[in-house]
Amino acid sequence: MSGKPKLTYFNGRGCMESIRWLLAAAGVEFEEEFLETREQYQKLIKDGALLFDQVPLVEIDGMKMVQTRAILRYIAAKYNLYGKDLKERALIDMYVEGTADLMGMIIPFPFTPLKERNLALIIERATTRYFPVYEKVLKQHGQEFLVGNRFSWADVQLLEAILIVEEKEPTVLSKFPVLQAFKARISNIPTIKKFLQPGSQRKPPPDDQYVATVIEVFKKD
Amino acid sequence: MTTKPRLYYFNGRGRMETIRWLLATAGVEFEEAEYLETREQYEKLLQDGALLFQQVPMVEIDEMKLVQTRAILNYIAGKHNLYGKDIKERALIDMYVEGTMDLNEMIMLYPFSSPEEKEKNFALMIQRATNRYFPVYEKVLKDHGQDFLVGNQLSRADVQVLESILMIEEYEPTVLSEFPLLQAFKARISNLPTIKKFLQPGSQRRTEPDDRIVETVNKVLQL
Repeated sequence: MSGKPKLTYFNGRGCMESIRWLLAAAGVEFEEEFLETREQYQKLIKDGALLFDQVPLVEIDGMKMVQTRAILRYIAAKYNLYGKDLKERALIDMYVEGTADLMGMIIPFPFTPLKERNLALIIERATTRYFPVYEKVLKQHGQEFLVGNRFSWADVQLLEAILIVEEKEPTVLSKFPVLQAFKARISNIPTIKKFLQPGSQRKPPPDDQYVATVIEVFKKD
Repeated sequence: MTTKPRLYYFNGRGRMETIRWLLATAGVEFEEAEYLETREQYEKLLQDGALLFQQVPMVEIDEMKLVQTRAILNYIAGKHNLYGKDIKERALIDMYVEGTMDLNEMIMLYPFSSPEEKEKNFALMIQRATNRYFPVYEKVLKDHGQDFLVGNQLSRADVQVLESILMIEEYEPTVLSEFPLLQAFKARISNLPTIKKFLQPGSQRRTEPDDRIVETVNKVLQL
């Protein structure tokens, strides 16, 4: 028994990826169990492991945690990535909810019928609704990190969002010089640098195999 | 001198209702700014830079213009001791309220369903309430036998579960028929003084589902 957090999810990004990022940023080693078959999923339900019959599931500190945001907040608080007081937490919450909304447009992408996919809208939202906010926050206080002059969950999730959007549109940061510097700087933090290297537990963009597995596992009888 | 929190939203429940519930439970008096009724009002808020991500809800509180429903709820709960006593209680509370928020999302979007989808969405909403969410809260209460969901004291989890129960009951009055502990929970939590007050006519609670505001929301947000 290792005591390391154990993540149960598909072998892909989905709703678990932000959790992998945060654990990695905090320097926490974790194990993974990959969902591959419907039988595995049904067994998890039968064993009462999934509070609302859903993954992500993270077993951590004696708890079987579900609900992505509950898990992220627990990790952030435990590893001092959630600000020093209620007001800093409010700022961090606003910023992570923004990036979560942006990434939330991309996560269902591979499951959306081709003609309904709206990549243009995602890029528009990124460049007119979300990135300008973070560019301005950094510009206004001139500090290295988004909140409280200290590395937090908000910085991790913003970097994650930037990289995901860049995969779809490599020039997306062209009008955001401060974010370009932010990206370079946060990517160089040792734990994050390590996570960005090949061989880490970071997952690649979804492929057909991933999509097929998810559909199969969740298929109704 | 503390000024009252000021809420910016439509004249309906939507994503602001849970915030109203939590403020009311905490005994915090709040004001509602002019209800969003026209595109011009919304564009003015945008121009004034009042909406961080161009969205409502927005709550002016403690010199912040807070947006993002969860950020607002987390702040209010944290400030008013409705978020558990430690990080593990917070984890339980977070799991439970994220469940209610998933259910509330279905309730909130239901009036916006297209005619073809209405029946299917209704059935799914009731099914999720009775098969996925309410059994969980029933079991939590049964397992520890306490009055409140977490840590033997009132928290946002109790408030949010009560809110969801009442909204589902509006669509399906018998929804709690297989959940005796939730029936007792509903009566008990409804009787807490600040909540009892909020449930009375004349409070700032919105008393009807959002069918009336569908047109307004679509027009203002140009959906």
